[in-house]
Amino acid sequence: MTDGQIQPPTGDLALWSALRRHTQARIGLGRSGSALPTRHRLELQSAHAAARDAVHSPFDPGAVAAQLPGMATVRVRSAAPDRLTYLQRPDLGRRLDATDRAHLPVGEWDAVFVVADGLSSRAVHEHAAAVVRETVVRVPTFRIAPVILAEQARVALGDDIAAAIGAAMVVVLVGERPGMSAADSLGAYLTYRPKPGVTTDADRNCLSNIRPPLGLTYEGAAGKLAGLMGRARELGLTGVGLKDDSDHVAVVEPLR
Amino acid sequence: MSAYTSTLSGERYRFDSLARLLAAASPERSGDRLAGLAARSAQERVAARWALADMPLAEFLAEPVIPYETDDVTRLIMDGHDAAAFAPVAGLTVGEFREWLLSQAADAGTLAALAPGLTPEMVAAVSKLMGNADLVAVARKVTVVTAFRSTIGLPGRLATRLQPNHPTDDPAGVAAALLDGLLLGSGDAVIGINPATDSPKAVRDLLELLDSVIGRYAIPTQSCVLCHVTTSVDLMERGAPVDLVFQSIAGTQAANASFGVTLGLLDEAHEAARALDRGTVGRNVMYFETGQGSALSADAHHGVDQQTVEARAYAVARRYDPLLVNTVVGFIGPEYLYDGRQILRAALEDHFCGKLLGLPMGLDICYTNHADADDDDVATMLTMLGVAGASFVICTPGGDDIMLNYQSASYHDALYLREVLGLRPAPEFEAWLGSIGLLDERGAIRDVSGTGHPLTAIGRELAA
Repeated sequence: MTDGQIQPPTGDLALWSALRRHTQARIGLGRSGSALPTRHRLELQSAHAAARDAVHSPFDPGAVAAQLPGMATVRVRSAAPDRLTYLQRPDLGRRLDATDRAHLPVGEWDAVFVVADGLSSRAVHEHAAAVVRETVVRVPTFRIAPVILAEQARVALGDDIAAAIGAAMVVVLVGERPGMSAADSLGAYLTYRPKPGVTTDADRNCLSNIRPPLGLTYEGAAGKLAGLMGRARELGLTGVGLKDDSDHVAVVEPLR
Repeated sequence: MSAYTSTLSGERYRFDSLARLLAAASPERSGDRLAGLAARSAQERVAARWALADMPLAEFLAEPVIPYETDDVTRLIMDGHDAAAFAPVAGLTVGEFREWLLSQAADAGTLAALAPGLTPEMVAAVSKLMGNADLVAVARKVTVVTAFRSTIGLPGRLATRLQPNHPTDDPAGVAAALLDGLLLGSGDAVIGINPATDSPKAVRDLLELLDSVIGRYAIPTQSCVLCHVTTSVDLMERGAPVDLVFQSIAGTQAANASFGVTLGLLDEAHEAARALDRGTVGRNVMYFETGQGSALSADAHHGVDQQTVEARAYAVARRYDPLLVNTVVGFIGPEYLYDGRQILRAALEDHFCGKLLGLPMGLDICYTNHADADDDDVATMLTMLGVAGASFVICTPGGDDIMLNYQSASYHDALYLREVLGLRPAPEFEAWLGSIGLLDERGAIRDVSGTGHPLTAIGRELAA
């Protein structure tokens, strides 16, 4: 009974399997009394367990670094010392640990990639390095800083990092809040000249649900990101002034 | 500004303002800690409660927690206060008010008459002296009845919001989930969709889809596509079939501004929806959502704890005689309510405060997957809120919302609650369920999955 597809209830089998083509919603589950049949109860618990494990699985920066051959990486932590604190204190997850700040590679960078565990290290382990690799080849004129691998990190930690190392823009690749139908979804946030504590979400451009094959592909995400990075450099801004809209943002093909 | 003091175990505690006192007296929750407002120790928390218990209720009218001059919600609360209704409890302290609420003197009629005399801060304060069982016992005594095409809040009834969300608003996907919910007897509070975008076209398409199903099967319920109030106003002007106007609201002017809402905008929307006059058994046309943490998240809490700010949102809601108000209790995440225990407490507080202020309170009993909670917490909350007399709960297919990525109650959960507590759907909806053969001889929802029920035509057309 493990790993089964959701099965329709008795009768109307053809109807529910036809309807399920239109939605991933858990419809037509049938009933045992008022409750869910055992199979569906366990199926829901399986999905919840995957989401919970995604939230609490430790981040392994070494595993991401190994997927970035030829690229320098630097490991940092936020000011949140552990997962429990991280979940309750988003303010700490947005600030660099004081010791780690001293080790950052200061330079004349056009962009820095920050790989942040966020709420799903699984998403980061599975997808982040590929997005970095596919994006850098699409922005060959950019001076790219070493990739920062950040633990217990929220999106705005990228602001602190970019400001500290002198990067003109930051791309944060972060594990999204896991839903029951997707525990491994990666988000990408682009921010031009962020100012820690001043920059808000309205100043960022976001791509979400990077999660092939069901979500956005690596090439699709990297093409959009590179396009946005180019426009951000031209306009000197990101956020609501820079619409993620294919009429204005060219999807950039790689130069290999 | 007054200072409040109390002495506990030989130590003297001082609270520099009413807002500080209320925050320190609040049960432990991560949001107040994040805001730097929580009691610094367990003893300080109880010391604050001793001081609060001795405070006269009337003092809340003298010392607003957010200044009158800077906040229109404070002005709404103060200017709208009904001194005559307040008179029966005007001489009580907060501690005495708790005892009075729990006593037989406070019955349904007394509490209904008292509601306009209470302010959000008074009900938030007394809730901080109450245990979870107290919050259930008092809320259960309050009856708030509202109506549009169905009647919500009658004793012995529990309504549900059917929530057929879809990540791309695909009409076939929405219709499939709608059929699933209707066959499980859900949808008497509202058939409500959170659209994936706020685009007026997408909202209108969904409104027309829901309107056609409601019309075709003569379902005594109302639809709502949850969009910004300005989108609703715009759509009403263009003749879209808007039953209820939805808006998320909060307890301060600044937090409402972060939602792009003012009282003036709500006034305008309320008037426009009433003018459409689409109800059949009542004229309550507004649907509000609230939830602890939204003011903090917008950096607009003015140093007031998250539960007290939440209660102030109910002052905004009651200005518009809404059909439905629900707190989306565990939605924002563990930085506001950490685990099942904190979410349960918040749910009981919100329901209690809203009902005492005269609102038709329902709940989205929910959690996100990064909170320390699971489906057993949903079952516990559901049972307690059912006993407490919640007007309605939000239900999703299998308890899993695939658009908003959070977990809520399921249609099955609502069937469970109706069964164990002997609760029935809204009367008009119950009659409709009977007329289309969805009720068995005991009045429970018949399992029609094997019978080819006429409603499944909704699905058969899609499947064809």
